[in-house]
Amino acid sequence: MTLTWPTYFLYLAVMAGVTYLIRMLPLTVFRREIKSVFIKSFLHYVPYAVLAAMTIPGVLESTGDIRTAAAGLVVAVVMAWRGHGLLTVAIAACCGVAAAQGLLLLI
Amino acid sequence: MNKLFMKGLKHGLPIGLGYLSVSFAFGTQCTDSGLTILQALLISMTNLTSAGQLAGLQVMVSQAALASGLIEMALTQFIINLRYALMGLSLTQKLGPTMNTPRRMLFSFANTDEIFAVAASQPEKLHHHYLYGLMVMPYIGWSLGTLLGAAAGAILPAFITGALGIAIYGMFIAIVIPPARKEKAIAIVALIAIAISVAFRYIPGLNAVSGGFVVIICAVVAATVGALLFPMKDAPADGTEVAA
Repeated sequence: MTLTWPTYFLYLAVMAGVTYLIRMLPLTVFRREIKSVFIKSFLHYVPYAVLAAMTIPGVLESTGDIRTAAAGLVVAVVMAWRGHGLLTVAIAACCGVAAAQGLLLLI
Repeated sequence: MNKLFMKGLKHGLPIGLGYLSVSFAFGTQCTDSGLTILQALLISMTNLTSAGQLAGLQVMVSQAALASGLIEMALTQFIINLRYALMGLSLTQKLGPTMNTPRRMLFSFANTDEIFAVAASQPEKLHHHYLYGLMVMPYIGWSLGTLLGAAAGAILPAFITGALGIAIYGMFIAIVIPPARKEKAIAIVALIAIAISVAFRYIPGLNAVSGGFVVIICAVVAATVGALLFPMKDAPADGTEVAA
């Protein structure tokens, strides 16, 4: 079935509108500096919790093969442990996956 | 080009690469579901979010009556994307003095999980040049990937999309590990979040919870435990101080 353009635009407007408002309102309206040590600490930890939760176990399904994903994960952890930057670690992880894919073709 | 803008651009590159492969899959799914290429592209260009778009696509093609479909769309987007409100609130504490209202309104459009995480993990207060630079590559990657996926789902070999698919996670790992080595509290918070996220993925029943909710639950529980056990000593406004 095909979606007619008027229907599509109604859906698109609701979808994009709700998504934008959720992002925009807290970031734009809230101006105070938070004083509470608890809330400050909480907000300080939020990004790390978000990233860790999104990475594990999601990373294992990111390449279509858990073995190549595991190879990329190990490469990324080692590179990050050594203190390399975001782009370097990301590219190294891709190379790790590519290498594992190549290896799997050979064996 | 402005130095801060370039720094943001560079930080956004791995996000853009990761988005390219994720949105490629989304684009393919759109045309498979009966949308035109342009319809697929416009969704990505106006929403810039993964889980929300996937759920939105399902509502669009569900053939529900228009009124109830629109309500379902609004509710779905609200629930799945509620985590952005938490992230936006967190980021307000990091914004520098140049971030006035119009700039906040512009940047907030692109406050995705990944862009938020990179921005929030910067040691200094955020300047609008840096944030604008950070938005560029992810936006291009997300839109271009959708277009390519919708137009030519099968052209890019799985070999390449597979390798690109991990880019974004490589970046996450590079953001978390260095501070986790320095601050024991961050390491513990990350491990708690991982344990909860694994439980929600693999335990029957729990794995029915939507991805957006899982992120909220992980973030709230792990960060609360962190804040209770390791409150930051004399935390300054920019929130960069090492925890107790």
